[in-house]
Amino acid sequence: MSLREEYARQEAELDELYKEIILDHYRNPRHRGSLASPSATHEGLNPLCGDEVTVELLVEANRVADVAYKGSGCSISQSSASMMTEAINGKPLDEVKHLSEAFTAMMRGEESIDPESLGDLEALSGVRKFPVRVKCATLAWHTVDEALEEAGL
Amino acid sequence: MTLDVQRIREDFPILERQVYGKPLVYLDNAATSQKPRQVIDALVDYYENYNANIHRAVHCLGEEATAAYEEARAKVAKFINAPSPESIIFTRNTTEAINLVAYTWGRANVREGDEILLTQMEHHSNLIPWQRLAAEKGASVRYIELTDSQTLALDGLENLFDARTRIAAMPHVSNSLGTINPVEKIAAEARRNGTLFLVDGAQGAPHLPVDVQAIGCDFYAFSAHKMLGPTGVGVLYGRPELLEEMEPFLGGGEMIRKVTYEGATWNDLPWKFEAGTPNIADVIAFGAAIDYLDHLGMENVREHEVEITDYALTRLSQLEGIVMYGPPDPRERGGVVSFNFGDLHPHDIGTVLDHHGVAIRAGHHCTQPLMRTLGVSGTARASFYVYNTPEEVDVLVEALEATRDFFKR
Repeated sequence: MSLREEYARQEAELDELYKEIILDHYRNPRHRGSLASPSATHEGLNPLCGDEVTVELLVEANRVADVAYKGSGCSISQSSASMMTEAINGKPLDEVKHLSEAFTAMMRGEESIDPESLGDLEALSGVRKFPVRVKCATLAWHTVDEALEEAGL
Repeated sequence: MTLDVQRIREDFPILERQVYGKPLVYLDNAATSQKPRQVIDALVDYYENYNANIHRAVHCLGEEATAAYEEARAKVAKFINAPSPESIIFTRNTTEAINLVAYTWGRANVREGDEILLTQMEHHSNLIPWQRLAAEKGASVRYIELTDSQTLALDGLENLFDARTRIAAMPHVSNSLGTINPVEKIAAEARRNGTLFLVDGAQGAPHLPVDVQAIGCDFYAFSAHKMLGPTGVGVLYGRPELLEEMEPFLGGGEMIRKVTYEGATWNDLPWKFEAGTPNIADVIAFGAAIDYLDHLGMENVREHEVEITDYALTRLSQLEGIVMYGPPDPRERGGVVSFNFGDLHPHDIGTVLDHHGVAIRAGHHCTQPLMRTLGVSGTARASFYVYNTPEEVDVLVEALEATRDFFKR
């Protein structure tokens, strides 16, 4: 690869990191706020960056009946949280857990996962090229895992 | 410019590299500085020509290594005008130097009901050791608050200390704000009150002329890697009478005089505090870094940083939506400029700037309580050193404009 091509590739990486859909979730967050009486809640922290994401879940009949998040942090952490809420809302809990595992596996770069199978979440796969930012992307999902575990769900 | 920066830059091989196809603009000097060829050569010279363990060897290499190691100690002592080389203890870093004081002097002297006085701008390294000590002893920690321009609120200086204030500790220069603290004044007040005074000099010694006797502090801690030296070397200066009284920190080889199965007696200063084989190569190379800074002259280093900080403050303040922290007068601050820019998160700024070749720091800078006081989750921070140019500040400003446009698209 020529130097020029290498630089072009690196430019493209930045666009891959900040895809349009990610910036859209950052600017227009979905399910941002709190629930009246959540069945599970957890505050996730990323001590490296200071990202904070609190997730609240309303679980009815083993299904996510409603979900909300709030927090502060970089565009990756906050848009990932917003995308997470859309991905899990209405889903059975075992599917949520499966999705969380699959998403974390994708972010670890495991080849067993086909990013295409994760729908919109695939957009975050570009973050893998930025190792220090991977934790920003996985924070919301780890927070969901913790919330469910603490609630014994 | 006070310094011949173009000439200086030729000594730093790393400044020739490119990042993402752009010339590297290294503005993360408060985290660690780059190293001149002279320091790198000193490391290679030691390993190629006289690598040996020090102090106990009876062979030629050991004697040469010992002489070079102790010569570096003497250079450090002279650099901060310490009364003697024996008052210079080599540690791993500033953090370890502060922990040494908290664990040895602190454990022996801080009692239930005593007070430890810190500031709201502490780096975690000058916060956690004291919080742990206070928790262990049932002592309390009080924090000097900040003014609106993030200097210490010192209105009632004579009332700063309480009868139970055993030790006060604070940064010479804030790593997050750039604020230079009036350590001489506070040291004088501490002395009147019988309170010990420790200065966290991690951002002081690399950037300001430091005279520990003129400051009048009891301890002064700093790190080699922030002042052109290698990683893995820290310095604790302690007033010799205090160091004499203190118990050792770590036990092992080198720090003993006589050992029996029943017990041991301790070696003289400074070796009492340097258990085990020390970081010989890096200490020697640190000596080369001190030579380099001495050659430039610390007054000139300081003047250069005032010039470039002044320029950076002026240029950055022209950006719409920028919020800067710390005192506005460059003479009251070190070469650190901390800011937020519009609604952009510091990490997003950091990532995009990196693609323009500009390396800055983004986040809480190991000062989480301070960030809460400022009401922000973090800041972006550009920090300067002897090789930075006004043209690099221009690149930073252009890259910030590009970052703003990138997120607007």
